[in-house]
Amino acid sequence: MNMIRTVLIAAIIGLLGVSSAAASAGGAHKPEARDWHFSGPFGTYDKDALQRGYQIYETVCSSCHGLEQVSFRNLGQKGGPFHLDSCPAGIPDTVDCANPNQNPVVKALAAQYRYKIVDGPDDSGDMYERAALPADHIPGPFANEVIARLANNNALPPDLSLITKARHFGPDYVYSLLTGYQETPATVEIDAGQYFNPYFHGDMSQTLRPEFLDEHGHPLEGVDVPVGGVLAMAPPLFDGLIEYADGSPATVEQYAADVTEFLMWAADPKMDARKSLGVMSLIYLIILAGLLYWSYRKVWSDQH
Amino acid sequence: MSHPSTYKPASGFEKWLDDRLPIVRLAHDSFVDFPTPKNLNYWYTFGGILAIALVIQIITGVILAMHYTPHTSMAFNSVEHIMRDVNYGWLMRYVHSNGASMFFLAVYIHMFRGVYYGSYKEPREVLWMLGVVIYLLMMATAFMGYVLPWGQMSYWGATVITNLFSAIPLIGDDIRTLLWGGFSVDNPTLNRFYSLHYLLPFAIAGVVILHIWALHIPGNANPTGVEVKDVKKDTVPFHPYYTVKDSFAIVVFLILFAAFVFFNPDGLGHPDNYIEANPLSTPASIVPEWYYLPFYAILRAITFDIGPISSKLGGVMAMFGSILVLFILPWLDTSKVRSMRYRPAAKMFFFIFVAACLVLGYLGGKPAEGSYVVYAQIATAYYFSFFLLILPLLGFLETPKPLPRSISESVLKTPKPGGAAPASAQSAPAQ
Repeated sequence: MNMIRTVLIAAIIGLLGVSSAAASAGGAHKPEARDWHFSGPFGTYDKDALQRGYQIYETVCSSCHGLEQVSFRNLGQKGGPFHLDSCPAGIPDTVDCANPNQNPVVKALAAQYRYKIVDGPDDSGDMYERAALPADHIPGPFANEVIARLANNNALPPDLSLITKARHFGPDYVYSLLTGYQETPATVEIDAGQYFNPYFHGDMSQTLRPEFLDEHGHPLEGVDVPVGGVLAMAPPLFDGLIEYADGSPATVEQYAADVTEFLMWAADPKMDARKSLGVMSLIYLIILAGLLYWSYRKVWSDQH
Repeated sequence: MSHPSTYKPASGFEKWLDDRLPIVRLAHDSFVDFPTPKNLNYWYTFGGILAIALVIQIITGVILAMHYTPHTSMAFNSVEHIMRDVNYGWLMRYVHSNGASMFFLAVYIHMFRGVYYGSYKEPREVLWMLGVVIYLLMMATAFMGYVLPWGQMSYWGATVITNLFSAIPLIGDDIRTLLWGGFSVDNPTLNRFYSLHYLLPFAIAGVVILHIWALHIPGNANPTGVEVKDVKKDTVPFHPYYTVKDSFAIVVFLILFAAFVFFNPDGLGHPDNYIEANPLSTPASIVPEWYYLPFYAILRAITFDIGPISSKLGGVMAMFGSILVLFILPWLDTSKVRSMRYRPAAKMFFFIFVAACLVLGYLGGKPAEGSYVVYAQIATAYYFSFFLLILPLLGFLETPKPLPRSISESVLKTPKPGGAAPASAQSAPAQ
């Protein structure tokens, strides 16, 4: 019954457009537009940034967020962070390192991953844990939604596989959110375990302290409702959190940019192939169009 | 237009086949030797573009169906599987999803062209009505296709649209239950939408054949609206004249198509559809795909009860009415002159109509509040007035400009892109 009611209410709300009206009472800052390595028709992923981004995801994000659409083998496929064209020295000739399933880096990352794979049942009918293989999907931190909510103050950390596609201005949004945490404005009061972020969509008018409200519950004159929202994720990054092997700066901005690049790759791992095929396709189509136009002029030249 | 067949079987086999199934003759008479007015401009290439768009959708769709799983718990992941693991699956899926948008872009241009040049008028009423049937089938097909990835917009769009049917008096609730296959949008809904999404394109293909058949009886209309008087002077054979012109237009269209597929494949979609459907979480705003937005605006423009008709039912009636009115358009337009080229007042009202449709499209993507509603109401009022008031009355009130006596005469006056030299210099001797 609950389901039907939810659906009905939602439908009516949708019909009347009240939901949009309610949403427009709140809002968020427009994310800062950044010039990414993958921006534009010729943009590609920066492999070093992808590797650093994976490190951030694995060390920080994966404590709460899954990456369920991505398999370890994807890390070693063409365009992925740990793809190898040929084997490093010391690997036997029989190994094809360009094959993601044989890629030694990927095999090691999978084997040493912080979460294990639950497999089974075995011969005695029991489930068991084992280390991950390149063919496995990257295991997430929580077995199910209930455990995830219990561990996170009843908030559900979203899976990050598609986060950069599932938000307006995807990568800019992720970067802005990660770097944009601010002190809670003095005019509002928010619950413990909640954090203010101007880039997170929300409605702060309900959180104004009573001394800034008139008797009808409206903000007093001159009191601005802060733009943004609150979320249950504490600022996850701080300077010096991780030391990069390649000597890149250990700053929040660098971490955020790297993990965003990695998450963009995770959401759209075929982007490099898509763009290069696109360039070839457009060149082909434009030449074909030129030839056809020339043919058209030629064919019609005997008319009128 | 109907014309004596000029097909001559070239070989013994063709002769043998022609006596039993004259299919080569049919193709020859329809697409090779078919007499076509010589003055068709680029707006007339969209029929060919649409045929290609349909073929692309069917081919990519059949391939996607090989890898897609129509189950609420697996549909979303199976689409991601296509995007990530199927060889060139990302290409098939992006061509298919952007192909829907391209299909609608082309069909809207095709329809506006039909209205502007009065292509629906006698003797082409059935041709026009078959086109409206195709358009309705396209709307249904695209709507059900959008549900299949089982993202948030899929689910909530399906919820909002199927709930519209409950506004129908007496049987509305039963229709909705039938659409759902239960008491909410759920797995049975997804399954029947998938089944119908696979079926309807073939129904479209069937009606397209009727549409082309109905086109080939009277032959093409043309920008002057003057019928062919002399097949020799006024027409050219479809091949090579229009096969080459249509091919050029199709490839230019494919360039736009490819630009979206390869460089902005998600630009026409909504980010929320990359979040798996969740019946317990309503998106901040439920917005349909861009090609439905004008009708969505009309739906939401009716915010008031009209006598016993609630605003909800009124909105639904207005939305369906805005498409159904197209069926009677051939009889609403009372002007004897076909082409708006020679109807200065109608031309002005037509361009206001196009603007009203664009405004409705814009407003359909905005929240239904404040002045947005008022603008949508004004644009909706104009939309219906154009068909129900302006076109019927203009036929009596307007003084059209003089028509050219024939297609060939009109061609002599305006240089055509096909002729490099001034038109009259070359074709004067032919006269």
